[in-house]
Amino acid sequence: MKKILSIFSVSFALVFSSSAFANTIGVVYDSGGKFDKSFNELAFNTAERVVNELGWGMIEFESANDNQIEQGMRKIADRGATMIVGMGFAQADAVAAVSADYPDIKFVAVDVCWLDDPNNNIYQACYKEHEGSFLVGMMAAMASKSGTIGFVGGMDIPLIRKFQGGYEQGAQYVNPDITVLANMTGTTNEAWNNPTKGAELTKAQIDGGADVVYQAAGGTGIGVLQAAADAGIMGIGVDSNQNWMHPGNMLTSMLKRLDLTIFEQAKNVESGRFESGINILGLSEGMVGYATEDGMVTSEMAAAADAAAADIASGALVVADWSQE
Amino acid sequence: MEFLSDIASLINSTLRISTPLVFAAMAGIFAERSGVIDFSLEGKMLMAAFVAAVGSYYLGNPWLGLLLAIIVCVCLSMLHGFASVTHKGDQVVSCVAINILIIGLTTALAAAWFGQAGLTPTLNEDQRFLEIHLPFADALRDIPVIGTLYSDILSGHYVFVYLAYLSVPLVFWIVFKTSFGLRLRAVGENPSAVDTAGINVFTMRYKALAINGVLIAFAGAHLSTAVNANFFREMSAGRGYLALAAMIFGKWHPKTALIACLLFGFTDALQIRLQGVELPAIGEIPVQLIQALPYILTVVLLAGFVGKAIAPNAIGQPYIKER
Repeated sequence: MKKILSIFSVSFALVFSSSAFANTIGVVYDSGGKFDKSFNELAFNTAERVVNELGWGMIEFESANDNQIEQGMRKIADRGATMIVGMGFAQADAVAAVSADYPDIKFVAVDVCWLDDPNNNIYQACYKEHEGSFLVGMMAAMASKSGTIGFVGGMDIPLIRKFQGGYEQGAQYVNPDITVLANMTGTTNEAWNNPTKGAELTKAQIDGGADVVYQAAGGTGIGVLQAAADAGIMGIGVDSNQNWMHPGNMLTSMLKRLDLTIFEQAKNVESGRFESGINILGLSEGMVGYATEDGMVTSEMAAAADAAAADIASGALVVADWSQE
Repeated sequence: MEFLSDIASLINSTLRISTPLVFAAMAGIFAERSGVIDFSLEGKMLMAAFVAAVGSYYLGNPWLGLLLAIIVCVCLSMLHGFASVTHKGDQVVSCVAINILIIGLTTALAAAWFGQAGLTPTLNEDQRFLEIHLPFADALRDIPVIGTLYSDILSGHYVFVYLAYLSVPLVFWIVFKTSFGLRLRAVGENPSAVDTAGINVFTMRYKALAINGVLIAFAGAHLSTAVNANFFREMSAGRGYLALAAMIFGKWHPKTALIACLLFGFTDALQIRLQGVELPAIGEIPVQLIQALPYILTVVLLAGFVGKAIAPNAIGQPYIKER
């Protein structure tokens, strides 16, 4: 009996222990899926970097729908994560609920910046995507020969309007006469996950004369960039550097440096310097930008974008945030 | 001229969006005309998309990918038949089981084979179906009306678009003009009478399901190897269910089902183009309302213009031979 009990307790300890690692990063992905070649994949790659460079353990959760998020996050907390990354605005409620019950675990909430934080254990990061989008909008307008450019968004929410707004303002900053065709894929979660619809929207914009298309549509964006490449026009990627997907048909990608955020916070957790709070990160913090690697950004475009970036960072140029309207 | 090219773009878009719906609706007609409910069009379309993408990635030829997709889809149809025809299980339950199985299976297999849950590697140009440009399309473009009609509308589609619309008269001919079709319809209306005449009800239903599997495979391959260049988690996105609705809308008849599919495609294509456009006197319509347009139109048409849809008499009932 004793033997059985000890086997039991050993296996129990094995299943629930987290003692193998001093620290463990937990990642809860957004509904676009882990391998969306964009937002979620960037978080995954960063978590891998935390594992490789800082020697942490990693636990992941991919939710099939929004109702599972909180449950999944609790499970990660129970399994001994020291820092949990919640990807996307849809996880706000889950982060609030779980962080209240686990005061010792640190949370990083990406795209969430409005939660009360009684335990002071949430690092809330929102990005000024409109500033980064402004820069790629400028480049799109400079690259366009037809004077018409396109934008394909995922789900129609204020966050995506922010991308669209920055892009249109940037394009108009360079060329006041530019036409911007903008489409949203849908109004439900499915809109992040419908590349066929994304391709169709892009084809419609190409028929309308667009020769540069910017996507902020999660997994749907894979279809957008594919359709752009098929038609021989240029696409603009989002969140992570997507230029490698279609070399020769990618102008640039708008970078949202959540990789820097996550890695930095992991280091802070390790050194005990983690600070909770609400952070709005933009060009002046170096947390949004554009990618040149594998892209087709000319030196002229880069110079113009960098000049505008300096103006935005210094406050001389203000990009309106359409999500606030 | 700009008006004409806008119209051409709208028609092209309608044809493209409707293509998977047409294949799926035709597949549904075969199954349901024989008396077997096929709710699993959605799952089979998804499986076909997956198999076609994986097949053409490994074999280097999209046609071989399509062939594999056909084989797998026919197997799935046979599975549905085995459960609901041979073993007389509930047809809807069998379909739902297939749908759920495939959502999980495609994601898991992609994770196991390519290390990326729900995504297959991007296909290159040799591994995909590309748009077909008909001969003289460029030369004839400048001729007014005929040029637009031929070069911009008729030319420049994926092979599946042509096949989908060619399949409709073929399905019509098989179902309504051949003795096979007569038996097929009879099995769905009054299986015991057919049995009395010495025709095996089970064999007929299996044959119908086999054709159903072949047709639905085209819809899936269109999604993953023509419009897109890889498989994506749940990429069928409800098109199977929409096709089923179109088939019922079209009263289980190929011609009317085609019209229903085109209507769904048209409203979808229209809503893409209406987004953000200022309409005279009304102003800009909110995106939410525009995106609800296909559904509103469907309800209005269904309530007002389409008469009563009468299903095949024996649909959903497993045939039990009297002892």
